[in-house]
Amino acid sequence: MNLVTETFSGFLSLITGLRITIKQFFSPTITTHYPHQTLPIAKKFRGHIELKWNEETGKPNCTACNICAKACPSDCIVLDGIKPAGEKGKTVTSYKLDYTLCSLCSLCVEACPFDAIQHSNRYNLASVPNQWANMDLVQRYKDQVTRVGKTPYDPYAPAPAAAPAAEPAAPAPAPTAQP
Amino acid sequence: MIESIFKFFTTEPYWTLTRSILYLVGICIFVAANAAYLVWVERKGAGRFQRRPGPTESGPWGLLQPPADGIKLLAKQLMAPPGSDKILFWAAPLMVIAPPLVCLAAIPFGNNVLARDLNIGLLMVFSFGSINVMALMLGGWASRNKYAIISAARVVSQNVAYEIPMLLVVITIIMVTGTMNLQEIIVQQAGGFWNWNILRGIWDFSGGGWGHIGGNLLAPVTFLIFYICMLAETNRAPFDMAEAESELVAGAFTEYGGMGFGVFFMAEYANIVVGCALATILFLGGWQSGLGSGFGTLLTSWGVIGTVIGVGFFFAKMYFLIFSVVWIRWTFPRTQFYGLLNLSWKILIPISLFTLLLTSVLLKLPRLF
Repeated sequence: MNLVTETFSGFLSLITGLRITIKQFFSPTITTHYPHQTLPIAKKFRGHIELKWNEETGKPNCTACNICAKACPSDCIVLDGIKPAGEKGKTVTSYKLDYTLCSLCSLCVEACPFDAIQHSNRYNLASVPNQWANMDLVQRYKDQVTRVGKTPYDPYAPAPAAAPAAEPAAPAPAPTAQP
Repeated sequence: MIESIFKFFTTEPYWTLTRSILYLVGICIFVAANAAYLVWVERKGAGRFQRRPGPTESGPWGLLQPPADGIKLLAKQLMAPPGSDKILFWAAPLMVIAPPLVCLAAIPFGNNVLARDLNIGLLMVFSFGSINVMALMLGGWASRNKYAIISAARVVSQNVAYEIPMLLVVITIIMVTGTMNLQEIIVQQAGGFWNWNILRGIWDFSGGGWGHIGGNLLAPVTFLIFYICMLAETNRAPFDMAEAESELVAGAFTEYGGMGFGVFFMAEYANIVVGCALATILFLGGWQSGLGSGFGTLLTSWGVIGTVIGVGFFFAKMYFLIFSVVWIRWTFPRTQFYGLLNLSWKILIPISLFTLLLTSVLLKLPRLF
């Protein structure tokens, strides 16, 4: 008798299983077709670092103080700057990041006293190994500024005689777009 | 010129030959197309059951996936492991694909879409169907691989265990229908769906209404047993001990690569087609529409169009069963081996023996009074 009830209840449980799977079969799929579609990346995502810049002047916040390079445990940051003519502080002219060494520990971002660097949103960086060995973050900052329709700040330009020819306030909120 | 050649082949002395060749080619194409596109159905179905889209990249809805798989398998080198029995090793895939091809010759797809109208069609299908076991055993044995041999032994014990209840169930059907001719079994199920063998056993409307019992009171259970045995015989999940791709390497097919494995794969789907076609014929009325003896019979007996409609009904039922096979595969986990054998020896065989006994008693009872 035990066998009979066991067989019967087992059969009923199989039917329940089939009912559940067929319900899944007719419900819509939730897949993002990756190369054709992408999900938005969260702002908190830790990509490689990039230079923050003043959105009104297009000038980087960085003063080439080298604190980030000293904070870096992997020695992946090498930067240089000059003091442009007619300005008070230094400005960054080259910021090389060896991303193959970076462990995304965020110590440079925490160490920066001028709030000049942040994590980018780039994630699809799979490539041949050495492509990211020398990222030029100054070039990246220039590209980003150009993309939102502004002239990037040039530290080597001669000092402006009068009031700087500030561009009219661009309406674009300047998102840190993906290159 | 072309007309005279056409006439030469379509008039009588050669028409029989032409017809046989056409059926042969047709069956080969049918099996190949089914094997290829049932893999696609399987993958799409697996995807949908897990709420994924399945193959999408190759062609529209991934429809070019089977040709791509085929080309990949064909491009691989055929290798037999050193020390293996080469003749048996290569005979096994051929022996596993041949029986379903032969079986399809006896299967009536429509009221005259049938290669050979055999009187013992059912017997032929089952006798050829059981070659499958030997082919798998040879494949495992000839591989010279202990895992392949062990899995082959498991396949044999599984298939032998499930052949018994399957044949007992088929005997019940033969006792009710009184024939082994598949076409005649279908013709007997004409009329409404309540005349199909899956329900006819309970009450026989065509015979004499309520009082006249059609023979097998447990006909739906019989169908269920047949279906379970069909799953086990074709080595499908949850009884896929032959391959068990996630536990054993590939079971009895461990040493096969390229198209050698591809043929086993195709044969699995061809066997599913044969099994589901057989279940359709024996229990679900074959090409009968099941819409009642007036309209439904008219629908399937209306010349060529009726034949096409009948074939449509046959395929609708058959592919529904095939879909349910995929459905079951992606619902239930694989059984353990002793559970598999217990199911057959402790549950299916006693029940099918009981239905056999019941049927024979019910068939004899009216004659006693």
